[in-house]
Amino acid sequence: MAFDWAWLPLLAHGLILTLEITVTCIAFGIAVGIVLALMRVYGGKWLSIPASIYIQIFRGTPLLVQLLMVYYGLPSWGISLSAFTSGVLALGLNTAAYQAEYFRGAIQAVKSGQLLAARSMGMNMVQAARYIVLPQAFRIVIPSWSNELILMLKYSSIVFSITLLDLMGVGKRIASHNFRYFEVYIVVALFYLALVFIITQLLRLLEKRVHIPGLGETAES
Amino acid sequence: MSLLIVKDIHKAYGGIEVLKGVSFSLEQGETKVVIGPSGTGKSTLLRCINRLSPPDSGHVWLDGVEVTDPKANINALRAEMGFVFQSFNLFSHLTALRNVRIGPIKVKGMNKDAATKLAMEELERVGLSDRADAYPAQLSGGQKQRVSIARALAMSPKLILFDEPTSALDPELIGEVLTVMINLAKEGMTMLVVTHEMGFARSVADEIIFMENGVIVEQGTPGEMFSNPKNKRTGEFLHKINELYGETD
Ligand SMILES: Nc1ncnc2c1ncn2[C@@H]1O[C@H](COP(=O)(O)OP(=O)(O)OP(=O)(O)O)[C@@H](O)[C@H]1O
Ligand SMILES: [Mg+2]
Repeated sequence: MAFDWAWLPLLAHGLILTLEITVTCIAFGIAVGIVLALMRVYGGKWLSIPASIYIQIFRGTPLLVQLLMVYYGLPSWGISLSAFTSGVLALGLNTAAYQAEYFRGAIQAVKSGQLLAARSMGMNMVQAARYIVLPQAFRIVIPSWSNELILMLKYSSIVFSITLLDLMGVGKRIASHNFRYFEVYIVVALFYLALVFIITQLLRLLEKRVHIPGLGETAES
Repeated sequence: MSLLIVKDIHKAYGGIEVLKGVSFSLEQGETKVVIGPSGTGKSTLLRCINRLSPPDSGHVWLDGVEVTDPKANINALRAEMGFVFQSFNLFSHLTALRNVRIGPIKVKGMNKDAATKLAMEELERVGLSDRADAYPAQLSGGQKQRVSIARALAMSPKLILFDEPTSALDPELIGEVLTVMINLAKEGMTMLVVTHEMGFARSVADEIIFMENGVIVEQGTPGEMFSNPKNKRTGEFLHKINELYGETD
């Protein structure tokens, strides 16, 4: 039987949306995640408790529930967001909670003497965090952060459930027209696989690029 | 007026008083050495002076400005006091050169070119200008400590606090660090040095302060302290130090 591959280019559109969503929510997650991590490590009781409550809630409930609440639930409070904004917001709020924990671990892995030395030369807390602690924490966090990026790329596929035509959404629509579920989903899966492969390679390159002798390894000082 | 005045410093951790009223002063250009058994509060004293650990009570003045005044600009005051740690604490992600110039750039607002030039001069001063591009992990312990001294010097501090700067070093690396410190003392740098290196104390200290259990037991010139200590404990301690560490000069 002859295959009709005309649907294949449609997936390219979905691919672009998938990338847009992933990049936006990851960027959002980095920004919010760092703030949450700083609140947890340096914030004292009044900042660290709200931050950990946030993290507990978003890590402790299913991503799909969070997504559906943003898209279908918020309108009943008078907040109607587009499907794209809802998707990015839900994924972003969720990954922020995970990234916050990775950043927190990395900040705490920076030796305490680093902060002491920075403060003792007259840096204020913001300078010490910005110039001394965070640049080291960023290097330490890359491996676990890379995992999170790849997870988010794959989890972003749930936005099909709020009508978005990402890679998964397009695939589902095509399959429900031509009933070639197997072929279509295999191709969708291969697209994800290729993306993950490329991103993994890019992250490895980044890790090499910013590598500093003695950081992230088990060397002293 | 003394460059550094420390008056009646008290500090407790978890209800245990570590410093029980410590007072002394340091003149411009003087080197004083603090000795004493482990756990006596020597590190705590240094940290109280620059408020890395704020004292519970007592006062510290640097060049007439009260460091312990809650309204004092503590960051500006710390910039005037170098601190050299036992464990170096070089910034791991920065090369030797960048370690030395980051303070002048970020804390003092110096421009990058001037700071780089200054940093190279300070590295030269500790004999490490050829290691400017090395990361801390690529340096020996002695080299790390010399870079950390250069880092302190680059801030043009009014005084430098040293907390056992050679205790983490292999014996064969101690000499290179002490040589740098001896030169600094001779050039007139004001230094407060916690150390077990009696050779160093004997050759450059204007005064030795013997601390035990959070108080100063005795202080005096090396000559007085070594030949006829007034307090029995001082003599015993110096004797023990001598057995443990020997003379290294
Ligand atoms: N941050 C802290 N929290 C709780 N206790 C502390 C802290 N820092 C120091 N101490 C305690 O205070 C006492 C004095 O410590 P300190 O480090 O000042 O002694 P030291 O004279 O420098 O000793 P050493 O020769 O071992 O370096 C010790 O009993 C120590 O356990
Ligand atoms: Mg100590």
